Amino acid sequence: MTLMKLTLRIWRQAGPDEPGAMTTYELDGVSPEMSFLEMLDTLNERLSAEGEEPVAFDHDCREGICGSCGMVINGDAHGPERTTACQLHMRSFSDGDVIDIEPWRAGAFPVIKDLVVDRSAFDRIIGAGGYITAPTGSAPEAHATAVPKEAADLAFENAECIGCGACVAACPNGSAMLFTAAKVVHLNALPQGAPERESRTREMVAAMDAEGFGGCTNVGECATACPKGIPLFSITRMNREYLRALRKG
Amino acid sequence: MTGAFIPLDVMASATDTGRRPSSLRVLWRSTIGKKTVMAVSGGILLLYLIVHMLGNLKIFAGSTSFNEYAEWLRVFGEPALGEGWLLWVVRVVLLTAVIAHIVAAWQLSRLDIRARPVKYAHGRRRATYATRTMRWGGVIIALFVVWHILDLTTGHVNPLGEEGRPYENVVATFSTWYGNTIYIVAMLALGLHIRHGFWSAAQTLGVNHPRRDRALKATATGLAVALTVGFVSVPIAVMTGIVS
Ligand code: SF4
Ligand code: FES
Repeated sequence: MTLMKLTLRIWRQAGPDEPGAMTTYELDGVSPEMSFLEMLDTLNERLSAEGEEPVAFDHDCREGICGSCGMVINGDAHGPERTTACQLHMRSFSDGDVIDIEPWRAGAFPVIKDLVVDRSAFDRIIGAGGYITAPTGSAPEAHATAVPKEAADLAFENAECIGCGACVAACPNGSAMLFTAAKVVHLNALPQGAPERESRTREMVAAMDAEGFGGCTNVGECATACPKGIPLFSITRMNREYLRALRKG
Repeated sequence: MTGAFIPLDVMASATDTGRRPSSLRVLWRSTIGKKTVMAVSGGILLLYLIVHMLGNLKIFAGSTSFNEYAEWLRVFGEPALGEGWLLWVVRVVLLTAVIAHIVAAWQLSRLDIRARPVKYAHGRRRATYATRTMRWGGVIIALFVVWHILDLTTGHVNPLGEEGRPYENVVATFSTWYGNTIYIVAMLALGLHIRHGFWSAAQTLGVNHPRRDRALKATATGLAVALTVGFVSVPIAVMTGIVS
């Protein structure tokens, strides 16, 4: 196993209103089996030992399901593979590589520190309609509401969104259309989501616009960057749902 | 992280009974709505361009035929309507579409630029050429239209500028190097604009579908090529002496 030596250029910013800059670090002994975040851990251990401030980045599950991690690696959200940064492995890089690491860049995702951005705008979009209203309590009878196969497939495909924000980071307009569409399409496809179908669509789109995300110019970068493969057609569907909701008044 | 979390106040807002603003207002205020306006106005302009391009080809039938056709454009709708009425109806529709298209594009572009205040240090080319040139291409086309109207509708900047002799005016324009250059550059920009715009409009209006995507993209390319080639054939014909 050959260990790699890398040059990392990482965005360092001490706080929300502090100026930031790309800072260069040399890192030795990186094994191809390491995940990208383990590589950053290695750097952070060294920085701590040297009495320097470690690089702040978000992470939690480290298995590609929580959506916490996220950074732009060499211009690509989550890096060169179609997966999350925590599931990206150093075997995707080679010895001597220069790797640029930056936070998600969007007006609606202000930098908190280094690579950590505030994604609460997503929570507010979800809060505007990304739910169904149902009585809680005992679980309903499984066969009470029949879901057609096609609707179930569509809902599952879109329910995969982990809210990581890579779509916003990759979009040249910083648009949150793919994220919003994933939830609108997921819930609107299901009978459980039907009662709030129109209001959900209207309110979630209004919340998305209010957060200052850009509009969709159908570039398609979001769907390319999405680690969960939410299709660009979800945006098409949300557009259809939105126009339908407005027609219904 | 954003998956299933539902703040409590959301439940309350679902039962709000406040009056909602009218749908048209909501439409114009939303990004999706403004894009819908762009899609519809773009569609109107595209239909017009197809008719315009086909009409232009009459130039290959010679001076008399082309000038008669141009004259007919002024009077069509007669005698049911007064002379030039229908022409003005068309002009008003087109002008409205152009204004709506430009205003929406302007406002959306400002939003888009503001949504990415800090650029990536490691930039890379995103989007296809046609997609990236929508904004500047649109500006080129708008400037071209102003020149084109002054040149061939009002005749102010036409090298010949004789009323009632459009064929001769067209030949005069395309006998100058700058006339050919402006026209051909603008038509190439138009082709690229339609190439992305047509498909994008289908996306915005929600009429695209995985099974329809390839056909729509092919139609977009077909329309773009047909319009560009159709329009550019006139200056080329003048340059090569086929039309003189
Ligand atoms: S749509 Fe994809 S890229 Fe966007 S937040 Fe969801 S999982 Fe992340
Ligand atoms: S840390 Fe959970 S998805 Fe990467």
